[in-house]
Amino acid sequence: MEATAGGGCGSGPPLLLSEGEQQCYSELFARCAGAAGGGPGSGPPEAARAAPGAATAAAGPVADLFRASQLPAETLHQITELCGAKRVGYFGPTQFYVALKLIAAAQSGLPVRIESIKCELPLPRFMMLKTDAEIRFGNPAELHGTKVQIPYLITEKSTFKRMDDEEKQQETQSPAMSPLASPPSSPPHYQRVPLSHGYSKLRSSTEQMHPAPYEARQSLVQPEGPSSGGPGPKPPRHQASLIRSFSVERELQDHSNYPDEPWRITEEQREYYVNQFRSLQPDPSSFISGSVAKNFFTKSKLSIPELSYIWELSDADCDGALTLPEFCAAFHLIVARKNGYPLPEGLPPTLQPEYLQAAFPKPKWECTLFDSYSESMPANQQPRDLNRMELSVKDMADFPAPTQDVTGDDKQALTSATDEALPKDISEDSATPKDPNSLKARPRSRSYSSTSIEEAMKRGEDPPTPPPRPQKTHSRASSLDLNKVFQPSVPASKSGLLPPPPALPPRPCPSQSEPASEAELHSQLNRATSQAAESSPTKKDIPYSQPPSKPIRRKFRPENQATESQEPSNTVGGPASVATVKPHPAVQKQSSKQKKAIQTAIRKNKEANAVLARLNSELQQQLKEVHQERIALENQLEQLRPVTVL
Amino acid sequence: MVHTSLDVVDEKISAMGKALVDQRELYLGLLYPTEDYKVYGYVTNSKVKFVMVVDSSNTALRDNEIRSMFRKLHNSYTDVMCNPFYNPGDRIQSRAFDSMVTSMMVQVC
Repeated sequence: MEATAGGGCGSGPPLLLSEGEQQCYSELFARCAGAAGGGPGSGPPEAARAAPGAATAAAGPVADLFRASQLPAETLHQITELCGAKRVGYFGPTQFYVALKLIAAAQSGLPVRIESIKCELPLPRFMMLKTDAEIRFGNPAELHGTKVQIPYLITEKSTFKRMDDEEKQQETQSPAMSPLASPPSSPPHYQRVPLSHGYSKLRSSTEQMHPAPYEARQSLVQPEGPSSGGPGPKPPRHQASLIRSFSVERELQDHSNYPDEPWRITEEQREYYVNQFRSLQPDPSSFISGSVAKNFFTKSKLSIPELSYIWELSDADCDGALTLPEFCAAFHLIVARKNGYPLPEGLPPTLQPEYLQAAFPKPKWECTLFDSYSESMPANQQPRDLNRMELSVKDMADFPAPTQDVTGDDKQALTSATDEALPKDISEDSATPKDPNSLKARPRSRSYSSTSIEEAMKRGEDPPTPPPRPQKTHSRASSLDLNKVFQPSVPASKSGLLPPPPALPPRPCPSQSEPASEAELHSQLNRATSQAAESSPTKKDIPYSQPPSKPIRRKFRPENQATESQEPSNTVGGPASVATVKPHPAVQKQSSKQKKAIQTAIRKNKEANAVLARLNSELQQQLKEVHQERIALENQLEQLRPVTVL
Repeated sequence: MVHTSLDVVDEKISAMGKALVDQRELYLGLLYPTEDYKVYGYVTNSKVKFVMVVDSSNTALRDNEIRSMFRKLHNSYTDVMCNPFYNPGDRIQSRAFDSMVTSMMVQVC
């Protein structure tokens, strides 16, 4: 294709595009322009316009596309500058085509120069993970096939998003408009595209099978469900897919009140975050200090640079403290990161504090809703959530700029979508698909948040925690012991755990005392006095060991809980299923069945003992480290003091 | 080169006198105008020093510009400090900070 020189000038005087190139480029451009919705509002027929004269491709999709070309960042910067986008401030057709040509040049190994565009080059290749278009473009022959795919996905997202915004009937009316007429949906839907693309790549290669792109995508969409609302195909081309997408979207909408956006916090997630916030800071309207938040987020086991980056993103006012929306955003980013999503370059619009505050004005109200929802959220949502989460996150990662660009519009639309979605969800009974994101997030983040979930749930902050939650946690608890130890003690824990927290000092984390007490108890396992001992050592331990122990405490909370649940239940005379050593002698006189139960309990207790012993040693270690830090700091202080005399 | 600049900064700090801690001039001005480059110093209230080395061929840089650059640098630095995960003394990896610095440098060039 490229051999034929001199196709019509794409849009720039110095640019000579071959026919194939022109076709590809215009397609890409249209996609970028349409996906971003930042085009000149050309609307659905933008696809029909081969070379939109006044169209501009928004930076987001373009950046995405460029990144998909797998060129190094400097090269992309060079290309961007060369093509003139920086000069004019936007990616017009000329700039876009020049950029594409330069990308092709760079991929062919030619230096990135203006002269390169004069050569005949192969089409630029873009990695499939990014967008359909990219895949397409890598394979011009399958252009048509992929074409369908890309619009399909794109419209999916947009239409899906629109599902949230409007009633289904409206969707039918507005699908054509969705890709372009709704800027808010474009970022998410654009995000979706790469995500679903990437995700589908992960899950099945069908997505990338050009031969049957449409069908593949269709099937891909359907299993993914949440990931893409449905193909709102570029109107001119994808009426069929549109219809199909509608059905899918409808389905999806029933299930979720939000488009599959990885960066949108679902109600369940929100509730969870709020609970965690409350555990750190009882007053929901005030801040969490930096150190407290640091300790808390450190438990997530993310690397410090990543946490630092997340903080940077979420602390919008850079005050060193997190308000509730900031905290939710940070938590959400952490959860997403733990689930494998790359971090965005900018705070997504749905995570902006203003948006979060507007979208979730009443945590209390949400809680009740969420409880009912969470109960109806079965594990079957998880795969779909995974898809959506993956997709959207991936999209987000590649799509930082556009999201920010359309933040304003997005926020409003999202807010309205949220508000509408929430009531709609309430009316809908299908709680299962309702929260793909949160579901996805939850199971994925088990290793970190599961324990916290359990803690938050069991700690009495939310005594009527829906049962499914602990179940799900168990299924994916990072520690197998936890499962074994915890499940039998779940009923016991609920009753047994509630009493201990009130007895503890009024710290935000009542459970903190328990790990400390656990350590103590470890030595005096299954003693009736253990509970009393818990309180006192707890109080002592809390002052100085709290900061370092907090992460560990929380981490080991489930273990502690498990152990504790056994102990308190034993001491409290909880369920007979868990018997302590104390009654052991008495058991001998009882039936052998009880003996076996007791022996099982003993075994479990021993395991818990081992865990506690380990915990104890680790806590001691942390304590030493903290002491050393303190000494070092004091030394520094001393050193600095004379200097401050100046 | 930078180390000699640091020495000069220290010298200026110590030369400020004993009790002038409050409204001390943070901007230390041109430190060492030789050797084909100019070094500008800036000290924060917490003794964090910013040293800016500028090529002498760039004569368009005015003192005010340098001051404003230092101010922006200081603001970005405090934003970075707000991050509880940032340990003072670590290499700053904040993207916002880097982008600010880069934009500043681009402006000048």
